[in-house]
Amino acid sequence: MTVLGPLLMAAIVIVPVYIATMSNEVKTLSVIDETGFFFGKFKDSESIKFHYLVSDIASAKASFSKSGDYALLYIPKTELSLPTSAILYSKSQVNINVLSYIKTVMGKRVEELKLEAKLRDLKLPDDSKLTTDDILRSIKASVEINTIKIGNEGKEEKSYPEVSVILGLFSGILIYFFIFLFGSQVMRGVIEEKTNRIVEVIISSVKPFQLMMGKITGIGLVGLTQFLLWVVLTGAIVTFVTSSFSSKIKPGSATEQLIQSQAKGMTAMQLPNAADSTKVTGEQSKNEVIDAIESIDFPVMIGMFIFFFIFGYLMYAALFAAVGSAVDSEADTQQFMLPLTVPLIVAIVMAQYVLQEPQGPVAFWFSIIPLTSPVIMMVRIPFGVSYYQIILSMVLLVAGFLGATWLAAKIYRTGILMYGKKVSYKELWKWLMYRN
Amino acid sequence: MDIFIAKNITKTFAQHKALDRVDINVPEGSIFGLLGPNGAGKTTFIRIVNRILAPDEGELFFYGKPLSPSDIFKIGYLPEERGLYKKMKIGEQALYLAQLKGLSHQDALNKLRYWFTKFEIQGWWNRKVEELSKGMQQKVQFIVTIIHEPKLLIFDEPFSGFDPINVNLLKEEILELRKKGSTIIFSTHNMASVEELCDHIALINNARKILDGNVWEIKKTYKTNTYEVQFTRFDGDTRSFLPPAFEVLEQTTINEHFIARIRIPADAKPNDLIREMLPHVMIQSVNEIIPSMNDIFIRTVTSQNQDSSISSSETI
Repeated sequence: MTVLGPLLMAAIVIVPVYIATMSNEVKTLSVIDETGFFFGKFKDSESIKFHYLVSDIASAKASFSKSGDYALLYIPKTELSLPTSAILYSKSQVNINVLSYIKTVMGKRVEELKLEAKLRDLKLPDDSKLTTDDILRSIKASVEINTIKIGNEGKEEKSYPEVSVILGLFSGILIYFFIFLFGSQVMRGVIEEKTNRIVEVIISSVKPFQLMMGKITGIGLVGLTQFLLWVVLTGAIVTFVTSSFSSKIKPGSATEQLIQSQAKGMTAMQLPNAADSTKVTGEQSKNEVIDAIESIDFPVMIGMFIFFFIFGYLMYAALFAAVGSAVDSEADTQQFMLPLTVPLIVAIVMAQYVLQEPQGPVAFWFSIIPLTSPVIMMVRIPFGVSYYQIILSMVLLVAGFLGATWLAAKIYRTGILMYGKKVSYKELWKWLMYRN
Repeated sequence: MDIFIAKNITKTFAQHKALDRVDINVPEGSIFGLLGPNGAGKTTFIRIVNRILAPDEGELFFYGKPLSPSDIFKIGYLPEERGLYKKMKIGEQALYLAQLKGLSHQDALNKLRYWFTKFEIQGWWNRKVEELSKGMQQKVQFIVTIIHEPKLLIFDEPFSGFDPINVNLLKEEILELRKKGSTIIFSTHNMASVEELCDHIALINNARKILDGNVWEIKKTYKTNTYEVQFTRFDGDTRSFLPPAFEVLEQTTINEHFIARIRIPADAKPNDLIREMLPHVMIQSVNEIIPSMNDIFIRTVTSQNQDSSISSSETI
């Protein structure tokens, strides 16, 4: 353990950094700025280059789907107002960092423009009652960027990166939580049977493997029941809330919304009516909530969640059962718990990184390796993952489950009959070698 | 007929040999004692009989046929390390364990009611195990061991943890079970209970069987033709009148009473000894000294250990 511990710790530090350095490919983001306000404002960084196009949006979109560009930012021309909205086209869900960078740059620029306009207006009599605060409040600009995913067949679909982030993180944490909760419940159950000494009575009637799988299945079903109960209740609440919203506002399509947000930009320009514009924003966001919720592919999400929950749980539960069988009391589990908790914790730590780069190599590898895939794949799925990756991950997870069960069964059948012996990794290795 | 036969059983754990070519035949209807010091391999053997472990080599026969998985329904096993689920109710738990042994729900319920009444624990059906005393838990364990009326019963150290009253109850039940046709194997260190109950034994030491057979016959082979004679009206040494073939091992005097231990030649009868003594003393009693199982146990185990230490020192 003294050797293994530092090795594992070092691996946690080094591996993600190593994989991250692999991902240093530069993304190209094309910009069509019909307003002309933002030319040269987006600064290139190490990972992203901005490239200004002078063409109309239709042809740009057409060439975009064929090009290797990361995304296409379209800032449409506005007649009366300052441009506070834009559309970001991308092939996969867009990186949330890029999105917030664009928002910041555009917001700053718009504020600058407003300030200029304001200052022009302010060449008024000196007895004006406007204070600095008023000016600052009036120039505050909120930028709306609609993100639109362009599918393979050029199909456009509005996407909600923020929703994906929340959903991905939430389901990843949920999986992590479920695996830990029910996995350690399995472990405690095994320890209980062992310290109670009932295990020998039972395995004179059933095979150790049956007893172990019975325990894992039983607790797994408890977990699944609990989860489905949550889904049903959450679904009921969401439906209720959504329907009470919908009755107040007409549902709008993506394009209608775009117009609406343009209109909103217009009202924002009429400075004194700030109150009005917030009201519009309020209703707007309600509509957004419904759209965002509708944008989630619930059957896929829930289906994937159940799959990754079941197999992730089964794999970890088998390992937890093996740990439980090897020790005499819960206090002795420490040394064997480490290799189980480390991958899970790494997964949950890496989740934040994966959220920023859902299609990067870190995300790919961690969602393929069975020990971390249940958590990381769930984080990625809301952003859209290609079928081959999902299938690869599923196949490997099932293989991981079978391997873990095989390993656990060998340790388990020897461990449950072993009392009063301080077990080491070397000892476990010996147990694996026993024939029966 | 032998209900259970183990042939040439070998079991090795890593470098440690737990059983080395052990042959054991258990006659039907017997109470078979499996004896041996700690770590000799008894528990391993019992686990092999219960199919918890599989032997590396050797064969097992139950009623003349190779032991099969379904035979566990005809075997009852009370392990040395035994326990129950602490948070579960006793009745439910007993039902569960009985059903694991192949009984139907109704069947199990009826039988459990009978036994719970017999052992006077019927009032505890809905109590949790953790509320029970240890002795009472043992009763429940005993019940679930025999509930499916197995043909072969295996008790590993059954008397440990019982108070004397319950030990008696258990002994009676064991004898009762034998009367009903069950065969019982039990492993123990308690030699008194072996004397009392067993009619066959096997002695295992250092992974090997070193002695087995009918208890009476074993004793006969281990007896040394030694008699204890009590007599009075004598002064002096019995050696003075006995022929030299009659070896006086020991003579003590307690208040005019004399007790002598005398070994007679193999071809002599106790009557010969009495005949020799009658003219000289007044005999009060003559008893043959039959070695206790305890003596036999200690003697064989220590002599085997000495042998093995000699042979191992030779190899060095």
